[in-house]
Amino acid sequence: MSNVAENSKRRHKYVGLQKRKAISGYLFIMPFIIGFLAFMVKPFVQSLWMSFNEVEVGSGNFTLIFTGLDNYKFAFRVDPEYTRMLVEQFTRLVVYSLGIMVFSFFVALILNQKFAGRALVRAIFFLPVIMASGVILGLESDNQLMASMQAMVEETTTNVSITDTIQTVLRTAGIGVRAFEWVFELIDNIYDVAIASGIQIIIFLSGLQTIPSSMYEAADIEGCTAWESLWKITFPMVSNIFLVNWFYTIIDFSMRTDNEVIEKIQEVMILQLKYGQASAMAWIYFGLVLAFVGITSLIISRGVYYYD
Amino acid sequence: MTKTKVGADRSFWERNKTSGGYLLKKKLLSVGISVVRFILLFGMCFMILQPILNKISVSFMKEADIYNPIVISIPSEFSTENYRIAWDAMNYGKGIVNTLVFSILISLLQVAMCTLVGYGFARFNFPLKKFWFGCVMVMILVPPQTIATSLYLHFRFFDVLGIIKAITGSTVNLRNSPLPYFLMSAGCTGLKNGLYIFLIRQFFRNLPGDLEEAAYVDGLGTFRTFIQIMLPEAKPIITSCFLFAFVWQWTDGFYSRMFLGGRTLLSTSLASLPDSLTNFILRMWGQTSGTVAVGYINMLVSTGTLMVIVPLIILYLFAQRAFVESISSTGIKM
Repeated sequence: MSNVAENSKRRHKYVGLQKRKAISGYLFIMPFIIGFLAFMVKPFVQSLWMSFNEVEVGSGNFTLIFTGLDNYKFAFRVDPEYTRMLVEQFTRLVVYSLGIMVFSFFVALILNQKFAGRALVRAIFFLPVIMASGVILGLESDNQLMASMQAMVEETTTNVSITDTIQTVLRTAGIGVRAFEWVFELIDNIYDVAIASGIQIIIFLSGLQTIPSSMYEAADIEGCTAWESLWKITFPMVSNIFLVNWFYTIIDFSMRTDNEVIEKIQEVMILQLKYGQASAMAWIYFGLVLAFVGITSLIISRGVYYYD
Repeated sequence: MTKTKVGADRSFWERNKTSGGYLLKKKLLSVGISVVRFILLFGMCFMILQPILNKISVSFMKEADIYNPIVISIPSEFSTENYRIAWDAMNYGKGIVNTLVFSILISLLQVAMCTLVGYGFARFNFPLKKFWFGCVMVMILVPPQTIATSLYLHFRFFDVLGIIKAITGSTVNLRNSPLPYFLMSAGCTGLKNGLYIFLIRQFFRNLPGDLEEAAYVDGLGTFRTFIQIMLPEAKPIITSCFLFAFVWQWTDGFYSRMFLGGRTLLSTSLASLPDSLTNFILRMWGQTSGTVAVGYINMLVSTGTLMVIVPLIILYLFAQRAFVESISSTGIKM
């Protein structure tokens, strides 16, 4: 605490009540500072350091032998699965995050209208946040019986798959289907998209509700169509929400439990006891996701419009 | 003043005629939109609910039913045998008590600490505030898996500044005790704690400052102001953060496996169910070796999943508003 006092003395900024408030502010966030220093900084630095080392666990302690970039080389060049998993997982992350954003924005637009049973529908869309979390998600994707039941229901309810039909149409029309491959995959896996967008829908919805209705009325009187006011009013007004949701979506999706890369890391760590290599793999993945979040957020934040 | 519609005494068709067909067009459009919206939403809601409905129907089936092509979702013979087997295999009775106690304790601790920190960030100015809040953002960003390796070793050879080693001669192995996780929760570094800090800070920032200032003027200290004046105001966000913490802790596999592997918790026993069931069923049948059909295992796993999420569904039914509404009340922005 003396540090704070010194600091404020030097800057002549925090005196009297302000100084007292600054001290109590620090007292309030003290649990976080202690926790962060004790349980985040040390493991964080250590894990980074470990990724350049060979870790040998003995009884009572562990020793590190510096090996340079060997763990990273191992992850990329020796391990047969890691590179493939990384590329697959990263592509999935990009495609699904885009899909989740579009889907949740669309659903939020619908739920923003007034109709009977709105609260019920909203509750159902939020349900996966609770049901499909943690271990349940991983089990769900492994369960073949459930998958076959779902397929059976699909078969009995529709005799033609829309995506199949469109694919055939596009193919006969001579348009390359490959470009749309990911779009089709998204549509086929709309369930995965839907269960990952519970929170985003609510956040979008809260953003939509803060837009004053007078704006739409004014636009309506000026002869704006609903489509135009979507792009000229709704979009700019919720653009900062886009940033928040994009952030949340990527973080949430990259930490999902049915993630191949994370499963691989845990396997290497817990079963094979290769801590150094597991750290290197985790850091490659984390670095990639972080770079992606950083670059895309920068691009999005340029388009964000601040009303006030 | 009573509101009267212009021409309310005339029939719809008459009014339509005066408007030159505009009224009918508008009416048809709005009906059309409602129908399309209903179909879309019904389809999507069904899609989200379908896995749960499927699980319910499968959980009452017998093994023969899943091979029977005639049976689709209504079991031919109603049986609760799956529940009994899943109950025993997961050690459900013990597991649910442990999970309940553990989830409540952890989430109370986490939310209490995150409320303190969130309030500190929202209402006080102090040097390096931006830096520390940046640290909160870093914590949200870093997947726990990245630091899992060294956390694992950190608690495997636990020591406070070398003191324990100096006294007892060796470090403490805290790997299979819940203590590390309680410590982490007290330090706001548990599961998704960064998110709770962020939400609570948002909420406090939107509260008007008058009450607080009045309390200061009347001579209340900062901590008592927080407890007596601000905390009652923040009930909705605290409730919802508690609910989230509780639910996510209930289903969490990562921290539970890392720190509480030895204890019977629903999440960990559910996660290991696909592997442990084969042996369990063979033992039940009195055989030492053999195979159990994959479909049967899957059927029991879905029953187990259902049993784990039923308490959460009940909770959600009662506290749906608290879950959904306070998130929208925080006014999240960046």
